[in-house]
Amino acid sequence: MNKTTQMYAIGSVQDFLMQIGRVVVAGNVELAVFRTSDGGIYALENRSPHPKGGPLAEGIVSGHFLYDPLYDWKIDLRTGEVQAPDEGRVVTYPVTLDEDSLTVSV
Amino acid sequence: MAEKREKLVLVGNGMAGIGTIEQILKLGGAYDITVFGSEPHPNYNRIMLSYVLEGSKTINDIILNDWSWYEENNITLHTGTTVTRIDEGSKQVITENGMAVPYDKVIIATGSNSFILPVPGSDKEGVVGFRDISDCDAMLEAAQQYSKAAVIGGGLLGLEAAKGLVNLGMDVTVVHLMEDLMERQLDRNASSMLQAELERQGVKFAMGKQTVELTGEQRVSGLRFSDGSTLEADFVVMAVGIKPNITLAKESGVSVNRGIVVDDYLQTSMQNVYSIGECAEHRGVCYGLVAPLFEQGMVLAKHLCGSDTKPYEGSVVSTKLKISGVDVFSAGEFMDAPELTVISSKDEWKKTYKKILLKNNVIVGAVLFGDVTESANLQKLVKQGAVMTDEIYSELMGTGCCGGGNKKGTSVEAMADEEIVCGCNGVTKKAIIDAVTENGFTTVDEIKACTGATRSCGGCKPVVEQILQFVLGDSFQQAAKQGICGCTTLSRDEIVAEITAKGLKTTKEVMNVLGWKQEEGCSKCRPAINYYLGMMNPDTHQDEKESRFVNERMGANIQKDGTYTVIPRMYGGVTTPEDLKKIADVSLKYDVKVVKVTGGQRLDLIGVKKEDLPKVWEELDMPSGYGYAKSLRTVKTCVGSQFCRFGTQDSMGMGALMERKYERLDFPAKFKMAVNGCPRNCAESCTKDIGIVGNDGGWEIFIGGNGGIKPRIADAFCKVKTDEELIEVCSAVMQYYRETGNYLERTSEWVERMGLEQIQMVILNNEENRKELAARIDFALTQVTDPWKKILNDNSTRTALFEDARV
Ligand SMILES: Cc1cc2nc3c(=O)[nH]c(=O)nc-3n(C[C@H](O)[C@H](O)[C@H](O)COP(=O)(O)OP(=O)(O)OC[C@H]3O[C@@H](n4cnc5c(N)ncnc54)[C@H](O)[C@@H]3O)c2cc1C
Ligand code: SF4
Ligand code: FES
Repeated sequence: MNKTTQMYAIGSVQDFLMQIGRVVVAGNVELAVFRTSDGGIYALENRSPHPKGGPLAEGIVSGHFLYDPLYDWKIDLRTGEVQAPDEGRVVTYPVTLDEDSLTVSV
Repeated sequence: MAEKREKLVLVGNGMAGIGTIEQILKLGGAYDITVFGSEPHPNYNRIMLSYVLEGSKTINDIILNDWSWYEENNITLHTGTTVTRIDEGSKQVITENGMAVPYDKVIIATGSNSFILPVPGSDKEGVVGFRDISDCDAMLEAAQQYSKAAVIGGGLLGLEAAKGLVNLGMDVTVVHLMEDLMERQLDRNASSMLQAELERQGVKFAMGKQTVELTGEQRVSGLRFSDGSTLEADFVVMAVGIKPNITLAKESGVSVNRGIVVDDYLQTSMQNVYSIGECAEHRGVCYGLVAPLFEQGMVLAKHLCGSDTKPYEGSVVSTKLKISGVDVFSAGEFMDAPELTVISSKDEWKKTYKKILLKNNVIVGAVLFGDVTESANLQKLVKQGAVMTDEIYSELMGTGCCGGGNKKGTSVEAMADEEIVCGCNGVTKKAIIDAVTENGFTTVDEIKACTGATRSCGGCKPVVEQILQFVLGDSFQQAAKQGICGCTTLSRDEIVAEITAKGLKTTKEVMNVLGWKQEEGCSKCRPAINYYLGMMNPDTHQDEKESRFVNERMGANIQKDGTYTVIPRMYGGVTTPEDLKKIADVSLKYDVKVVKVTGGQRLDLIGVKKEDLPKVWEELDMPSGYGYAKSLRTVKTCVGSQFCRFGTQDSMGMGALMERKYERLDFPAKFKMAVNGCPRNCAESCTKDIGIVGNDGGWEIFIGGNGGIKPRIADAFCKVKTDEELIEVCSAVMQYYRETGNYLERTSEWVERMGLEQIQMVILNNEENRKELAARIDFALTQVTDPWKKILNDNSTRTALFEDARV
């Protein structure tokens, strides 16, 4: 399979509430996009790595961590890494900020 | 005189036999040991074959005792050698290749064989059991060449095999004779949840099918069932059961029944010959799991070493399925029966199920699905035959939220040293304690590396953690003090006191000033602190949406498919034809999936898309019913004096009035009420946080009832004469609960924690106090606003919160 990266403009910083996730569908990937209190923007695949799946966007954000809304797994927004004692990883996508417009590469 | 060591011969190089030898070595037993095994490998962990098949372990990973272990311990090992006879006369063990080894003692630990269905075609190529490394290899190989597999048998083994084959890329159907999977460990509820989950993971099922023939030429090509239907399959795994391997015993004249018959010291009918493990039958039972064989091995080892030992009296077994993401646990009794009391709870959203069975109030069994964190605890309670108490009940069935509560820690103290904590690897409590005290270990991982505990199924991890805590005791005192969550050691009361003393305003401030370990807190403390701040400063606190759980943030209930449920407010459960019409129109327009009457007499509009939520509310133009909030949900009413021939009070009117008065205010947890017109209690006051019953001369008030997770009948609180008194007392109770309740603590727990008399004293014996409480709630009530009005007037929040961006 040949994977190419595509860039999507997803709006400006103001479109994302502080510490509240938002679903962004970029092409055929559903993303959960978060804005942390230090101004960072992170895009993750909107799917919990828990074997039962479920969305991430509705979780509670603390610093660079997300508590997933269904199982309370703690996930590092920067790397997608699930924190011990649970394990797993969410796919993350780089977001870039140019002037005020955000771009995610999927 | 030269000391001559006795000769011990072990037949069967499996988990039971080698487990016993390990114990004998530890006890310093003086034997010359010879081991025979039919398989070409040294001793390995059979239960982990499922992981080898699944691909998460290799065969090398599951070797328990490698060749050098035998050498170091001067054990002569003959692999690939089957013993055919024990000759009692000459005291020799005879092998198939003619070897004869003299013995003083023999242990038969020959395990079991896969049971192969005696149907035509079961000898065809491509049909295997699931028992040993060679079966496992056969499956790994078949997956490379063939694509359609059938697994006959929907028990533990069959399901693990099926999942393994799916992981290997095969199209797998599990064929099961019964209508329920794992019917010997699970009840119907758990079994259907299990099936649904496995289907999601790609396993197919043919239930209630009896296989009568395997079709095909030389190689199997399909299955034929008794109802005439067929299934295509070019590979078949038989996992329908095991047969104790008693060939050797039978040939040698040792008494056998289903298994090799042994007494409480594992002695067979033949002098100096013992038997343990799956091949043995003790008090009529043959066990097919590892925990019993370690218990047997411990008794036998002590017996053979001449140390004092209690007899083996049988084992309570428990089961855990080793498929990732499918957590199933079962111990002891699992089926409902008339003589058993059943406590159960099922959560369809989180897909969890919990059931505990009591016989004369003794815990005799349990089934868990989805969340098995309580498994070790339950296993222990079943084993001990513990009597159910209020403490155990709340520990097990608790509120399931807010981890703040104090943890159990004393039960491991009561455990006997010899009790096996890790059933998979035969590790006792003492072995773990020794590992901690002798090596100074402080983590489960270190204990795992040293003793093997938690190395296999992981079910024993919680108990290992408890033992660790128990042993480390004092040096861990600091950490042992539990705060409301992992971010702090402060309790609820301490936090509230600090907020007042230091005048803290936001969750951020609370966390900074009070030294939170994690700067912005976690999903447990943030919502709690947000609530405390709002409760204490109703007029100035800025509610933090980002510290609310999803339902409260969105103002609607999220459902498992990601859609939402809308509940319009209907005060006292009363609506009008006009409103019904509007509800019907909006439901049609927005394609609502189901309209349902809730338990609290309101209408649920289920299945609204997130982006439609604001429009639905706008067009309904009704206040939100708060079916999602930690706040007043509903005031359920009966017909009352307006229409009912028994009614003495206007319950509908009073219910509507109360619902209007108290709506939208935050509580520590959800809050439900009911008002009845007379003592017939048609609106069921006894299970409400506040239940009100009208009578001829006034009202009676009940508090602390609950029909949910922890059912509790409300306590009679007081009687009042007038409507004004009724409202004042209810206000005071609610405010007192708001001010003293722990976040997420229902009134059922609050009343028990505070004590009914204490609450009565504060509210009934002290008029001034009561009036102040009522005034404080009235003030807080002046500050509440309709969340939907707010959202509808705020375009950017509305977009950011409810609309997915599509790019
Ligand atoms: C795939 C799989 C998954 C499992 N999962 C679990 C689980 O999750 N939890 C659990 O508790 N249990 C599980 N079990 C069951 C568990 O593995 C057995 O209960 C345990 O291994 C039995 O030990 P044993 O020593 O009695 O028999 P075995 O481990 O079968 O050992 C018997 C050995 O004796 C050898 N032998 C037989 N006859 C002779 C002879 N005449 N001469 C010489 N050698 C002979 C055999 O080759 C065999 O190696 C599982 C089993 C399988 C197959
Ligand atoms: S509780 Fe009494 S008043 Fe109310 S409906 Fe029942 S019988 Fe009628
Ligand atoms: S009980 Fe299975 S690893 Fe300990």
